[in-house]
Amino acid sequence: MQVNSIKNTMIVTLAVSIVCSLMVSYAAVSLKPLQDKNKVLDKKENVLRVAGLYHEGVDVEKEFKKVTPVVIDVDTGEIVTDKNIIDPEKFDPKAAVKDPKLSEPIPPEKDIADIKRRSKYTVVYMIKQDGQLKTLILPIHGLGLWSTLWGFIALEGDLNTVKGLGYYEQAETPGLGGEVDNPKWKALWKGKQIYDENGNVKLHVIKGTVDNSKPDAKYMVDGLSGATMTSRGVSHMIAYWFGDHGYKKFLQKLKASLQQENQQGGAS
Amino acid sequence: MFEVYLSLFLKSVFIENMALAFFLGMCTFLAVSKKVETAIGLGIAVTIVQFITVPVNNILFQHVLKEGALAWAGLPNVDLTFLGYITYIGVIAAMVQILEMTLDKFFPALYHALGIYLPLITVNCAILGGSLFMVERDYTFAQSLVYGFGSGFGWALAIITLAGVRFKLKYSNIPVALRGLGITFITAGLMAMAFMAFSGIQL
Amino acid sequence: MKEVKKALFDPIFNNNPIAIQILGICSALAVTSRMDTALVMSVAVSLVTAFSSMFVSVIRNRIPSSIRIIVQMTIIASLVIVVDQILRAYYFDLSKKLSVFVGLIITNCIVMGRAEGYAMNHPPHLSFLDGIGNGIGYSVILMGVSFVRELFGSGKIFGHVIFPLAKDGGWYVPNGLLLLPPSAFFLIGIFIWILKTWKSHLIDEA
Repeated sequence: MQVNSIKNTMIVTLAVSIVCSLMVSYAAVSLKPLQDKNKVLDKKENVLRVAGLYHEGVDVEKEFKKVTPVVIDVDTGEIVTDKNIIDPEKFDPKAAVKDPKLSEPIPPEKDIADIKRRSKYTVVYMIKQDGQLKTLILPIHGLGLWSTLWGFIALEGDLNTVKGLGYYEQAETPGLGGEVDNPKWKALWKGKQIYDENGNVKLHVIKGTVDNSKPDAKYMVDGLSGATMTSRGVSHMIAYWFGDHGYKKFLQKLKASLQQENQQGGAS
Repeated sequence: MFEVYLSLFLKSVFIENMALAFFLGMCTFLAVSKKVETAIGLGIAVTIVQFITVPVNNILFQHVLKEGALAWAGLPNVDLTFLGYITYIGVIAAMVQILEMTLDKFFPALYHALGIYLPLITVNCAILGGSLFMVERDYTFAQSLVYGFGSGFGWALAIITLAGVRFKLKYSNIPVALRGLGITFITAGLMAMAFMAFSGIQL
Repeated sequence: MKEVKKALFDPIFNNNPIAIQILGICSALAVTSRMDTALVMSVAVSLVTAFSSMFVSVIRNRIPSSIRIIVQMTIIASLVIVVDQILRAYYFDLSKKLSVFVGLIITNCIVMGRAEGYAMNHPPHLSFLDGIGNGIGYSVILMGVSFVRELFGSGKIFGHVIFPLAKDGGWYVPNGLLLLPPSAFFLIGIFIWILKTWKSHLIDEA
């Protein structure tokens, strides 16, 4: 048979297509469950890391049992119990921002973190011990120099002191802005205060090193050297997510309900 | 509205230059930059192909491959994203072939000028990279049009500039073993560093 | 036997795909700031090159010239998807770091170049070895470049601290330039310089 005949061309095309499609589909379908499991595990690991519960060799699934995911409505600050709106197991913050049904545009004057849209609902994580809220983990994201940084911030039970900060996705300049991943820098955040006495967001990243003798030192974090834009991005992110358009309402309501619980607990 | 597209265009040309910020399409970038004329020809060809393939792939991605995109066909739970690579490269190869045939038939003069570069373009990572970045950033159709043109144009600008520099290098006294490819790498490195100055500009 | 040796070892220095053939440079620049990503990329490219060359070679006498390129492309793209899926399933962290560059193996000119330039007129076993050889040639440069970049850029090798950094209490002040992509250009340029000084017949008059 002629190699260049139309018939042969058809046969070769068909054969190659069938063999390749079988190969690709087999790989994709058989590896899918494993990939999905990885994604879920990865997210849980990130949450644990920020809360300071992750270290090498820890059983992520087991450790994560201590954590309760809670769906909240960011606009009203209420906790959502209806499982039909969002399944906390499957919630993907990145996909939610793009989904017009689940997100809303941020008015430009309020868009401090430069993210354009924000999801209406989000999943926060609570770690309780003996009925007391120990840690609250909130998802945050915002623009750095090149990329959007996606991460979590963990607060102590008083809902004002930072327990940890971590980014699970960023593509800043390695060695400069990429140092947001540096454990030494992340450790600086522990113990910092977010709101001042009047309830305004005061925590920010400064240029240079914090002078610890100053009274305001608890509202400041060292800047990343050589990465002004990334440092500014992190400051903006804190300002946005803890501001009126972010989690402020939720935090206030949560604080009120926690106080109520404590009083009742004290009375009984 | 217009501003959004203008800023996307400038971003894709300068700040996120395909060749000098993401290092895509390097093989042809280094191999076909000996002469300014050939660099211009290849640059135009890349811009045209990029301008066609990115939007076409965008349509395919938004309406066929994306998770849940097949809802219009009654299949809301199908996720075909794993077929992305093969689809995009297929579209690129087909578009290049079609472009070649169209040019040959209707614009023979242009075909003679650009014809030899077209087959090279199928394996130019800048073209596939453009489509992959479009997918990753989830551009709308209008954005993909702007991005396709901008990224192609940026690549063309980079290769023409490099060709200009290499032309001048002919008169320099370079160590023998460094001549040719070696010095081209170093020149490209210096250009890339210069382009890094655009990074961090917010539009 | 001589053929086998030539197919396997020639591409490492005498006809190195990156330094001499100018193929597959994009990924060489982007993934070399760390050794682990460079290693995964090397293995992935070697395997894809070897297997695609072998498959193309098996059916080389049946491929009509009109659809030659697209047939090769289909085979390569399928292999890359398989590799990508495997990485996502078993090496999730690394696949996240490599992002689009796994997909860009499709347009890595080494793969296509060997399929078109070698596999189309050589038997399958030689094509396979030629693919492995070119993969190793590519890996040598990738590993070399990433070794320099990671060691002097962040004081580590495969993530293990070799030079304790000054900012972590050690003595080494890293060279930040090496973490930025342009440094890969300089390193490859210098590598070519050394290679051509050593094997002077490779010097081209340009």
